[in-house]
Amino acid sequence: MSYKTTAKAGPRRDLAILRKRLAGYGLLSPALILMITMLALPIMALVTLSFWTQNGFELDRSFTLANYWKMIKPSADPTVWFGIPFYLDYPVPAILMIKSLTMSLVATIAVITLAYPMAYFLAFRVTRNKAAWIILMTIPFWTSYLLRVFSWKIMLGFNGAINSGLIYVGLIDAPLEFLLYNPTAVTITLAHAWVAFAVLPIYVSLEKIDRSLLEAASDLGDSRWRRFRRITLPLSMPGTLAASLLVFIPTVGDYVTPELVGGTGGTMIGSLVQKMFMSLNNAPMGAAISITMMAVITLLVLIFLTLVGYWRMRARRA
Amino acid sequence: MMRHIDALWVYAVLFVAFLYGPVMLLPLFSVNDGNFATFPLRGFTLRHYASMWDNGAMMSALANSTRIAIIVAVTSTALAISAALAITRYRLPGAAPIVGFMMLPLVIPSIVISVALLVIIIRFLGIPLSLWTVTAGHILICLPFSLSVLMARMEGFDPSLEEASRDLGCSAWKTFWRVTFPLAMPGVISSLLLGFIISFDEFVIAFFLTGTESTLPVFLFSQLRFPNKLPGTLALGSLILVGSTLLVILAEVIRRRGVQSNNPGDI
Repeated sequence: MSYKTTAKAGPRRDLAILRKRLAGYGLLSPALILMITMLALPIMALVTLSFWTQNGFELDRSFTLANYWKMIKPSADPTVWFGIPFYLDYPVPAILMIKSLTMSLVATIAVITLAYPMAYFLAFRVTRNKAAWIILMTIPFWTSYLLRVFSWKIMLGFNGAINSGLIYVGLIDAPLEFLLYNPTAVTITLAHAWVAFAVLPIYVSLEKIDRSLLEAASDLGDSRWRRFRRITLPLSMPGTLAASLLVFIPTVGDYVTPELVGGTGGTMIGSLVQKMFMSLNNAPMGAAISITMMAVITLLVLIFLTLVGYWRMRARRA
Repeated sequence: MMRHIDALWVYAVLFVAFLYGPVMLLPLFSVNDGNFATFPLRGFTLRHYASMWDNGAMMSALANSTRIAIIVAVTSTALAISAALAITRYRLPGAAPIVGFMMLPLVIPSIVISVALLVIIIRFLGIPLSLWTVTAGHILICLPFSLSVLMARMEGFDPSLEEASRDLGCSAWKTFWRVTFPLAMPGVISSLLLGFIISFDEFVIAFFLTGTESTLPVFLFSQLRFPNKLPGTLALGSLILVGSTLLVILAEVIRRRGVQSNNPGDI
């Protein structure tokens, strides 16, 4: 291990650089090997499994696209879900996929809408105890996700805090049943569980904005709103986009929230994957659904980023 | 300060109330003298906490979680120290994509990580599930966090201190222990604490990869289905919340102090 290369001419210098690089890769290798054996290889194993099939208790190891075909196999009579006809033989994965994406999208929009003013407040208004405010935003992200979701079950439940509180103060006579176990409850809980996560990336990009640009805009006669729209908002876009992706990507496959507050109506694609691997005993189908989910998320993220890049180019030309 | 109180301040206060409100219900109802989480409150009691000690299953889950979290925190921090050194101190070709690859667990839904590990462990390697498989899964998801904390810390102090040590005749090994490691200490401690919290609170991977024994979140999840277990669950949940909050504050304070002072004399 050497920290410094001494500049000597010719092959000895090349040798020194080579030795230094080898030492560097040597230091990197334990973590890298762990990541390869525990992330890359398992994902490859999952892909392999998705091309196999389960026949009862037997695993058929011959290569087939049957699991993927099953998800898109057309059928003459449609399954109608929310007024949308699905002409599929086995529409459950497709419906749950669209449902999960929609719920995550709504939750992500809610998260960004809620987090942006808070991040703005942290960046531009807080002058004293800034570290304390930031820690206050950090704590919820690190403390148990399970418990944060569970607290919504206590809030919204049939015998929960909201219902019993409203009955106690006399506003309602019987518990409201629509609070828990539906997609709305899942979306609200997701938004709440992830909102703290979005504040920090947005805050960092707001904090980086050169204050003299804002002063210049004001001096040249921009109103506060116009200044925000033309300078603050565009310059904080990178952090805002990063935050929205960091919320959207993991929430699509979330398992805990739909399980605890979703009931039968609020299930998402993650619940289906879990069922395939556990109670339904069809791991290859579960693998195919997981891979499809990852592929769909990746594709959507790429489309989104391309669109953002295109808008930027257009905005720059205008 | 009066003139600073405006709509944005009101919003910030409401935001914090929204963020912390629901979670505060757990400690509130855990000291309520009743068996349901309902208003009106019936009076103060600590009996739900007292009865926790007699719960053998809960105590063994607590012991399992603590053991796993310690192993995970130490292993992921050790791996991350070595990797962060390599990335920040050596100009390695291909370092950027490697770091990107190592950060992947942050954006892959944990259910996919869980089933992928489950498949390779059971179907391809034929290893039975145990607390060790949970430990392995947790190291994987803690590594990106440890790595980013330690990389930030190691970029934060001057490499010329290490060069000086080498020039003055210390071996690379001695330089690491006498210069690099003490300077990286705030990062190391916060990586250990964060690794501990992440592993201790993690549910999905533990749920998929555990054998017959359970970790604390898995135990907690199994209790959530039974309404009569609710008071005990609330008490346990409140203790977990308080414990992890204290650890997070400690980790953040140490990390921030480390970032602010680049003077080795301050540590």
